[in-house]
Amino acid sequence: MNTKNILKLLIILTMIAALGYVSINGLKIGEYKVIPVKEGINLGLDLQGGVYVLLEAQENEGQTVTNEKMMGAVEVIRGRVDELGVAEPIIARQGEKRIRVELPGVKDTEKALSIIGQTASLRFVGPDKSVVLTGNDVKDARAIYGPNNEPMVSLKLNPEGKDKFAEATEKFLGQRIAIYLDERIISAPVVESVITAGEAVIEGLPNIDKAGELAMLIRAGALPVDLTIKEIRAVGPSLGADSLERSLNAGQIGLILVLLYMIAYYRLPGLIANFALILYIIIVLMIFVGLRATLTLPGVAGLILSIGMAVDANVIIFERIKEELKNGKTLRASIDSGFARAFRAILDANVTTLIAAGVLFYLGSGPIRGFAVTLSIGILVSMFTAIVVTKYMLKLLVNAKIATNIKLYGA
Amino acid sequence: MDFVGRRKVWFLISGILIISGIISILLTGMNVGIDFKGGTILHYDIGENFDNSQVRHILNQFDLKDNEVKKAGEDKQEVIIRTRVLSQSEKAEIFNAFKAKWPNTQSIRMEEVDPIIGGELRNAALVALVIAAIGMIIYITLRFEFKFAVTAIIAVLHDALVVLSFFALLKIPVNAPFVAAILTVIGYSINDTIVVYDRIRENLKLMHRASLENIVNSSIIQTLTRSINTSLTTLIVITILYILGGETIKDFALALIVGILAGTYSSIFIASPLWVMWKKTERGIL
Repeated sequence: MNTKNILKLLIILTMIAALGYVSINGLKIGEYKVIPVKEGINLGLDLQGGVYVLLEAQENEGQTVTNEKMMGAVEVIRGRVDELGVAEPIIARQGEKRIRVELPGVKDTEKALSIIGQTASLRFVGPDKSVVLTGNDVKDARAIYGPNNEPMVSLKLNPEGKDKFAEATEKFLGQRIAIYLDERIISAPVVESVITAGEAVIEGLPNIDKAGELAMLIRAGALPVDLTIKEIRAVGPSLGADSLERSLNAGQIGLILVLLYMIAYYRLPGLIANFALILYIIIVLMIFVGLRATLTLPGVAGLILSIGMAVDANVIIFERIKEELKNGKTLRASIDSGFARAFRAILDANVTTLIAAGVLFYLGSGPIRGFAVTLSIGILVSMFTAIVVTKYMLKLLVNAKIATNIKLYGA
Repeated sequence: MDFVGRRKVWFLISGILIISGIISILLTGMNVGIDFKGGTILHYDIGENFDNSQVRHILNQFDLKDNEVKKAGEDKQEVIIRTRVLSQSEKAEIFNAFKAKWPNTQSIRMEEVDPIIGGELRNAALVALVIAAIGMIIYITLRFEFKFAVTAIIAVLHDALVVLSFFALLKIPVNAPFVAAILTVIGYSINDTIVVYDRIRENLKLMHRASLENIVNSSIIQTLTRSINTSLTTLIVITILYILGGETIKDFALALIVGILAGTYSSIFIASPLWVMWKKTERGIL
């Protein structure tokens, strides 16, 4: 018996158990709070439901897609999404001409789609059917209250629009200028004066809500480029959540069976490996929370594969230790040479997989990248837990001399 | 056990599997999902019992004759429709038509992919895989030798083809999750093969007087327990995921089950015997 080693081992096991408890249930000490890992991980739309839209800018005649226009378009869409009030939307450029919009947890998918997918073109049309202004000329539109507390929409035009509008209001003074969104007239105010300051108001709105809606439509219509929808995925939250809940349960049951199998087959080392495996899962999930990564279905695939590889590393090591024991070596010597011999196989297998994961990360997009990220994190952590943590714990166990019968080591 | 000597049997088994898959693909084609081909999936919860013919009747009004209609959900009250890319207004009209017939209809999932995007995804995945394979070949060549590298990659290709054949034979739609599954199988297969090769590498030094067949056979036997235990533990997790997991994860789990079985099989029965065959040409005794 060696109390120092037993104590060390117990401390490590307690720490892993405590970490496990905190990651499942969270922790609250006074002001300081640790949320459960489950709540800290962002889930992809395929797992929790929501709306995903991929938009692509169109090159029209005389209209090239520039970086500036794309940045403007992202801003417009951000504005549209803000009107929806989504908690953590992702609006990002993807490549040169594409914009990716992800709205997790959105319930009213129809509404979300109609607002984001609004590829509307805004036009101000004179009585002679000539187009006076387009969305490209409008810088901003806001709902405001006029001098007599009547709701109206104020428009700010860019310099080009300012000149065009001054010309048009002079030409059509006293007549109506219709505002079209797509083929629909959303307003047709009468021009009451020549407007040269690049600002205009639309009057005659029933209430401030309608004014807000119109302002939003105008802003939305003021896209600097034409966008078309290339991809839409709308998963109802119930379907996503149901699927996730069931898959999580299945994962838990599967994991418990693996832990039991490891103990049944490898006895004491199996038990040690289980603690290392639990530590592995905690570390991987914490890295996920830390990186603010989004877990998607392919990400889950990467995780499953890396769990498999983490188990495999332990299996390789224990098989080697068993062989050494059968060759008549002492327990300590068997553990040392077992690890040494297993190390090369584990290293080569993992580095090869890591190379593949690295290539997939740099060249892949979307789902393929998610897979590569979880796999790479998983491989690195599994090598650490298998080679460092399992080995250290096993050595403590052997040095503690509490379990010296080699049968306990599966031999 | 003579793993190497009976190689013709193993090659035949794999050959039959893969060739039947390829024939099936040539005859009836893969069931390529919208992720790769483009198209729309409408998934409605109708809220009551219905007939597929009623659904088709509604779709016919929208000139959507060439489409797939499938019942889903526990009570079979859901319908999944796969069809071409639809416009916003078409989608709204179709939904309204369903609502008119079954007032409780709810849209629970909608996916639409432009054919161009689908093609890009496929090409990007293929290019990434080819370069990943080159990277793996370089590393394995440095740590082992070129012949190990190439045969390991052939084994990986074998596993990918087996999974593909399986999907082709069962007409399971090939979508983005399928790519994730193939990637997982590749990762698993290469890992599995490397562990066996590591043992061969070691035994080549320890048993330098033995024949290649003997060296490889004993290497496989020495790593067999590990191969079985690792496959078994991984299969436990995935099988439970298949049985209990959500609808969206089922096809994915199935691909993994097939792939992991293939991966374990190919490391033992394909990669190692192939390596022996090739290695012997070096000594001119094939």
